[in-house]
Amino acid sequence: MTLIKNGNVVENCWRTVDDNDEIYGAEAVIVSLNRWQNEKEALSVSNCSLGICLNSNQHPEVIASDVGHFYLIALEFSALADGRSFSYARLLRERYGFKGELRAVGEVIQDQLFFMGRCGFDSFELSEGTNVEKSIGALTSFSVAYQPAADNLKPAYQLRHESW
Amino acid sequence: MYQYDQTDHTLIKERVAEYRDQVSRRLEGNISEDNFRPLRLKNGLYMQLHAYMLRVAIPYGLMSSDQLRMLAYIGRKYDKGYGHFTTRQNLQYNWPTLEDTPDILENLASVEMSAIQTSGNVNRNVTSDPYAGVAPDELEDPRPYAEIIRQFVTLHPEFSWLPRKFKIAITGAEDDRAAINVHDIGLKLKKNAAGEIGFIVLVGGGLGRSPFIGKVIREFLPKDDLIRYIQAILRVYNMEGRRDNLYKARIKILVHQLGIKNFAKLVEDEFKASKDDILLVGREEEERISAFFAPPDYVKLPIDDIGVVEASTNDNAFAEWLERNVTRHKQAGYAIVNVSLKPLDGVPGDITSDQMDAIARLAEKYSFSQIRATHRQNLVLPDVAKRDLISVWQGLCDKNLATANLNRISDIICCPGMDYCSLATTRSIPIAQRLNERFKHLDNILNIGEIHLNISGCINACGHHHVGHIGILGVEKNGEEFYQVTLGGSSSRDAEIGKIIGPAFSSEEIVDAVEKLIGVYISNREVGEQYLDTYRRIGPILFKEALYDAH
Repeated sequence: MTLIKNGNVVENCWRTVDDNDEIYGAEAVIVSLNRWQNEKEALSVSNCSLGICLNSNQHPEVIASDVGHFYLIALEFSALADGRSFSYARLLRERYGFKGELRAVGEVIQDQLFFMGRCGFDSFELSEGTNVEKSIGALTSFSVAYQPAADNLKPAYQLRHESW
Repeated sequence: MYQYDQTDHTLIKERVAEYRDQVSRRLEGNISEDNFRPLRLKNGLYMQLHAYMLRVAIPYGLMSSDQLRMLAYIGRKYDKGYGHFTTRQNLQYNWPTLEDTPDILENLASVEMSAIQTSGNVNRNVTSDPYAGVAPDELEDPRPYAEIIRQFVTLHPEFSWLPRKFKIAITGAEDDRAAINVHDIGLKLKKNAAGEIGFIVLVGGGLGRSPFIGKVIREFLPKDDLIRYIQAILRVYNMEGRRDNLYKARIKILVHQLGIKNFAKLVEDEFKASKDDILLVGREEEERISAFFAPPDYVKLPIDDIGVVEASTNDNAFAEWLERNVTRHKQAGYAIVNVSLKPLDGVPGDITSDQMDAIARLAEKYSFSQIRATHRQNLVLPDVAKRDLISVWQGLCDKNLATANLNRISDIICCPGMDYCSLATTRSIPIAQRLNERFKHLDNILNIGEIHLNISGCINACGHHHVGHIGILGVEKNGEEFYQVTLGGSSSRDAEIGKIIGPAFSSEEIVDAVEKLIGVYISNREVGEQYLDTYRRIGPILFKEALYDAH
């Protein structure tokens, strides 16, 4: 599976662990919400770098006050048509103040990447068979936008009146 | 009307390039049909019974002569020389090929048009009052706000994969010609007790399998909060709307299941939490956009035109057209001309490329180069000087566009039905044509008056049968077509969902059934009463008896 981060192909240095998998010392692990809620105290004081993966039924509000514990939050797209994680990403970035890596996982194809990027995702685990080069290109499909989001693209209505 | 600046042009060009790439990947087999489907749908491209169908957006129904000419050109070059106007101010082409669609979009882009989000589970074309800016009963022109909303929802990064489609309609007038009560969000400009102008906001209206009238979620929304409030509704819907069942995924079901109070609380909480979002378009941008909708340069004219008055006493056909298809304008000496796309032997909403060119020319000459599309599948020349009415009428007559039937029994709203649509289970167009045949002479003999007769070829209700004064819904039973009748619907200010009157009729019986309903109205109407007035006064019993007692 190819991982794109900040517009480049990168190695995945995170291990996604099952709820019963043992976690060793100073590694980077992605845990489930369930495991986080059950082992919050132990995980908080462990030496590992923590990431969490939320599936599309899990509203990030449940970790709103915990985001400081995580270097990475992965949001799942359970199907191409399931757009909940677009809202979740913006809430994490714009409302809960998450500054770490926000990774799109699950059904992730070229045609969603521009919008995902705008909503605050900065890494993308591409679905099998997705063209990597085109996907990187898709991150900049559009140079303008009509509305503000979690990225730096200024909405048209601001651009239009900047020089005034 | 609104004109693109550099930003709008750049965005639409980049969108055409993106779509062109998506189509070429599909043609090369580099994307599965399953994944391509939602992508082409977000660009208004459906797979129909016989071919692809492309739906073009006419934002809030407003187009220029140049744009209509381009639609005519596309009809000739890529279709069979015609197009079809829908109930949501879109134009559909029934015969384009997949390979041609990127070029069609490029042609559209050259006249500042697109097919962006005319289908799929996204925000659809924002619709409005076809008489916006010219109606005497208007508090304020809704089009600047329609344009602000259009921009906000276009290629919205967060709301492009909603649980289901999402339709917003807005009006500024007392009389509702935009059917705001049957939209996911309905907005109406209103004045509050302090004299400020804002919006009343309805949510959760819609037709389809489970019809609902929209419920008031905000009695008064200040203008500055408009976009942030729409964002709040869309965000709650995107996160909470059902995704497990296609038929329960519309916002109307969420509103219904939670109850309007609980739903409103979620929206108001989200609205409060987003108070720091920079979603205020700003005074300068609002003024920039509003300026595009300033009234045209009307000349000072007498209220009535002598020539028109004379012609109407000498020519019955002109007088009839004048009475039925020409509507009062807010400006003295001007009139709103309704162009009927409902000739008795035609397909409701269909228009040939030649007709489009003719209307474009008439608009250029007599209506400041503007044309509107209406919710009832007709067109409007919004700003015709009364002294030009005879010329306009003659121009329309030449192209079979002057059928004097606005809001009459032959002004039928009708979906394409099984003649085109892959969802339909019955035919609807032939029913409309047979009804027209039956009432061709009866309408004048009986003077049936105003009536909305709407026909849908399946439960998806694209023909708006739920809100027809008489609604007809085609249902298939064991391979045979039957037609169910609903009575008492309305999409206007007093919106109501019609009620099923009884067992369905066969294709042979349905025209007789409608005639019986009209008969009940004729024999019971009081002076000045239209069909719906009589129905509301006497109730359904006599109508039901007339339909079923003889069985």
